Amino acid sequence: MRKYSVFAVAREALRGHKGWGPQWASPEPRKDYDVIIIGGGGHGLGAAYYLAKEHGITNVAVLEKGWIGGGNTGRNTTIIRSNYLYEESMDIYEHSLKLWENLSQDLNYNVMYSPRGVMMLSHNIHDQQSFKRHINANRLYGIDNEWLTPEQAKAYCPPLDIAKNARYPINGAALQRRGGTARHDAVAWGYARGASDRGVHIIQNCEVTGIRRDENGHVTGVDTNRGFIGAKKIGVSAAGHSSVLMEMAGVRVPLQSQPLQALVSEPLKPIFPCVVMSNSVHAYISQSDKGEFVIGAGTDQYNSYSQTGGLQIITHTLDAICELFPMFRRVKMMRQWGGIVDVTQDRSPIQGVTPVPGLFLNAGWGTGGFKATPGSANLFAHLIAKGEPHRLSAGLTLDRFRTGRLIDEAAAAAVAH
Amino acid sequence: MLLIYCPYCEEERSELEFRGAGDAHIARPDNIADITDEEFEEYFFLRQNPKGLIFERWRHIHGCGRFFNAARDTVSDRFYTTYKAGEPKPDVAAILNGERDKGAAR
Repeated sequence: MRKYSVFAVAREALRGHKGWGPQWASPEPRKDYDVIIIGGGGHGLGAAYYLAKEHGITNVAVLEKGWIGGGNTGRNTTIIRSNYLYEESMDIYEHSLKLWENLSQDLNYNVMYSPRGVMMLSHNIHDQQSFKRHINANRLYGIDNEWLTPEQAKAYCPPLDIAKNARYPINGAALQRRGGTARHDAVAWGYARGASDRGVHIIQNCEVTGIRRDENGHVTGVDTNRGFIGAKKIGVSAAGHSSVLMEMAGVRVPLQSQPLQALVSEPLKPIFPCVVMSNSVHAYISQSDKGEFVIGAGTDQYNSYSQTGGLQIITHTLDAICELFPMFRRVKMMRQWGGIVDVTQDRSPIQGVTPVPGLFLNAGWGTGGFKATPGSANLFAHLIAKGEPHRLSAGLTLDRFRTGRLIDEAAAAAVAH
Repeated sequence: MLLIYCPYCEEERSELEFRGAGDAHIARPDNIADITDEEFEEYFFLRQNPKGLIFERWRHIHGCGRFFNAARDTVSDRFYTTYKAGEPKPDVAAILNGERDKGAAR
């Protein structure tokens, strides 16, 4: 692998940038692999990377039905934070946040992680009580999160309207300073490059159409549009299509696939210094390094695989943005899109073994999977390599819906991930 | 935004008037206290999530207020039919064949 550095840039500048070459190889698939990971998003590519790097398993293929990073990895609003309520959630999101902090160095690839702070607005006494409960839980667990008065919130994010007679009055905010954003494409590409360099096969335009099992029920491989590919272990990391894939192995999972929309504005000069989320009015916004406002809306109310969504959902979000930041009222929106998120009944992810031997599941990240990418990938690799979950993801089992040990982030969380 | 035909109002109205209510045709077990954990999971947590034809409940909350069922395609978001609560699930083959005859967008 060509190491990226300032010297490489200088050398290529002198040669007219003719020597860069592809970042990852596109080999023909082998007949069989030790591990196949279905889904070439950040989670899947990252799992392959950590399998190779930390567990020495390099006979691995990542199968992606489209192009890598073209699913939810390239469709989210890139928010990173770890201020969740329950220990199971804090464990994995904080593990992830710690990996984010050194990810660019680890991958030798600039993922543009920017800890600019994630501020959650409180509009009423219920928000305030909930956020303070989160803050206390986080701080007891060693995760930074602090309470701001409206004036402090305004000082941290000057475009905010904190007038007493505002449509959505603000009575405070919770701020996680280590939270922020990263460049989502770079995360997929960086992991792909690192994995490919360690011998992992990245196979794009390869759609899995079936999962084969032997007489004992153990997986033997997958049918794809490029023929059968054998595997000793299979990891499913396919976001909105996870339940479709699990159905191929005869496993029903408590997932519902719904469209989640985001949109970006025309590029403006830097004016918005942090990430702001408002759960009560359901809007979140940040400004990308290109200058576009990146705005996230809510999910549609019905199951769909259409990667679109209703216009009323985003207009509702924009109504709220215009009320919170009156100075943005004449900003034009440039692009809108939808991704298909897989939501569990308790709004917490599933990462663990399945009833099928050799088949592992990483799904249910719902509306908040991007922030978890490095941590989830790291722990998923551990799960596949060892056959049992890491301590930090041990609570995210598939069978918790049978045992009743739910992780009820939906009721008590600062949702709107 | 979807346009949804309410079988009670007999009118096509905008999605804003409706609330999605999840999987249709789920019957609560009569012996709920006796069922196993697996059966309870099946009844309470596991839902259909097909890529294609789905049977789901809707409620015309800002209209007649009544629940009804719908058959919809989750790829095109197109409604095949809606029918009143309590009516049997329409025949899948008939729905799909009917659509093919009409040459509907799939």
